[in-house]
Amino acid sequence: MTVLNSGLVSTPLALARGPLAGRNISALANPPIAVQKNGAIRNASGDLSLTIKGKAYIAGIYEHPTRHAPDKSTAQLHAEVAKGAIEDAGISKDDIDGYFCAGDAPGGAWPMVDYLGLNTKKLRHIDSTETGGCSYIIHLGHAAEAIAAGKCSIALVTLAGKPRTGAMPPRAAGAEADFESAYGATTHNAYGMCAMRHMHDYGTTSEQLAWIKVAASHHAQYNPHAMLKDVVTVEDVLNSPMISDPLHRMDCCVVSDGGGALIVTTPEIAKSLKKPLVRLIGHGEAMKGPRGGKDLDLTYSAGIWSGPRAFEEAGITPKDIKYASIYDSFTITVLMQIEDLGFCKKGEGGKFVADGNLISGVGKLPFNTDGGGLCSNHPVNRGGMTKIIEAVRQLRGEAHPKVQVQNCDLAIAHGTGGLLGVRHAASTAILERV
Amino acid sequence: MSEAKKYPAPVTNPETAAFWDAAKEGKFMIKRCTACGEAHYFPRSICPFCYSDKTVWEQASGEGTIYTWSLMRKSPTGPYAIGYVTLKEGPSVQTNFVDCDLTTLKIGQKVKVVFKPTDGAPLPFFTPV
Repeated sequence: MTVLNSGLVSTPLALARGPLAGRNISALANPPIAVQKNGAIRNASGDLSLTIKGKAYIAGIYEHPTRHAPDKSTAQLHAEVAKGAIEDAGISKDDIDGYFCAGDAPGGAWPMVDYLGLNTKKLRHIDSTETGGCSYIIHLGHAAEAIAAGKCSIALVTLAGKPRTGAMPPRAAGAEADFESAYGATTHNAYGMCAMRHMHDYGTTSEQLAWIKVAASHHAQYNPHAMLKDVVTVEDVLNSPMISDPLHRMDCCVVSDGGGALIVTTPEIAKSLKKPLVRLIGHGEAMKGPRGGKDLDLTYSAGIWSGPRAFEEAGITPKDIKYASIYDSFTITVLMQIEDLGFCKKGEGGKFVADGNLISGVGKLPFNTDGGGLCSNHPVNRGGMTKIIEAVRQLRGEAHPKVQVQNCDLAIAHGTGGLLGVRHAASTAILERV
Repeated sequence: MSEAKKYPAPVTNPETAAFWDAAKEGKFMIKRCTACGEAHYFPRSICPFCYSDKTVWEQASGEGTIYTWSLMRKSPTGPYAIGYVTLKEGPSVQTNFVDCDLTTLKIGQKVKVVFKPTDGAPLPFFTPV
């Protein structure tokens, strides 16, 4: 069986019988890449240029401290986070030659580029890939690709919005609209459906899911900007009201106004700046949906494809990771991603996250040390940006001392976007302190 | 409860009009590809599996089992249960469960299709057998 780039799984038989019968070019389209003894990566053709490993650095990060911004415009929040990341990097906005934004940017890329006052004589790469909450992790990979190809040298990525202040604009309908929109899929029940089936197939329990929230709350107590700073117990989670079975209120992330931004640049420029060096060494992206209803399995996500792609490029394994930023729209999101990324076997996520295994200084896999979306911040209902930012803080040694992972040299930032129980994207970034 | 709920009328389009015309007669249709033999849902003109355009309409039994479900308890229009049903014919379809005690739904439970009216074509839902 071959997994094509399109995400469709095709058997040689189906290819032979279909109208596109012909050569199976899958092996050509997905050349295996090999890690050399010196750590360099080359693909089957021996071309070292076909990887982004080490070719882009995150030189600037900024997370907006606000969680409620009724007195600001959405565009203004984008400008404030852009300014924050530019100042963190120590560059000038006029040097930016790549801009990345997603569906939260009012009007899309061209009004934002104009509003932000970017230097249009210099700006030469624009990307408005929209994949929900993981858009910014995908942007990071695309920025690295553009930098590696010489298409830009300093990229700005922004996210901002105000779902806590007002209603979000509706999404454009897809081809499935007539066959799904009446059924009221929301984030809560779409993730609830995943949790329900995961419990059925693997015996995962609400207590195990609750441990994920407990770990996040242990971290959030040290974050002065966190929306929810109280440490909670497994019992607290189980006693919180049922929202959409089997997810309780405390299985759900916060809704917050705010945003964040990144500056991604070349190794040479990063080394000329003053911040500790953090580079991207592996990246993956993938999508998954019901695919015509065939072999539906809601117990795994597109992370089973994006994760291995990123690890392969980085030339490391999950065991090497010191810190993990994992999208936590719901507790079940974290549990499924931990399995899909290979931190444990499929179905053993419940056991893995229990008993404080995700708490920094206590467990084996410190995660979301800022308190994550479950306790700190989930700006615009899109958690990918803050996942990257906290991973960079950890690699720089800038996390809160109570949650800073010692000798943190390898971190992962992973996110999903869309609805895990319906159709979604996933993206994985592996970052290294140089 | 869900029985009193007002559901949006399907917009329909040339690719799916036959599905909605059949729904008006109480028939639940799926598409099957005569090239690779696979059934799929929601209906497309090009088979999503082998890309053949030899797809044909087929009346489904309307019977299946619950793959998963979740009861949304916090909703301005009242609680409702979303889920997926795996049809006898193979494809799994997104739906709501209706005309039953929503707290007693179970994975693996047998269900059958029921249509609910809209201002346009009726929409398919599922209820325990």
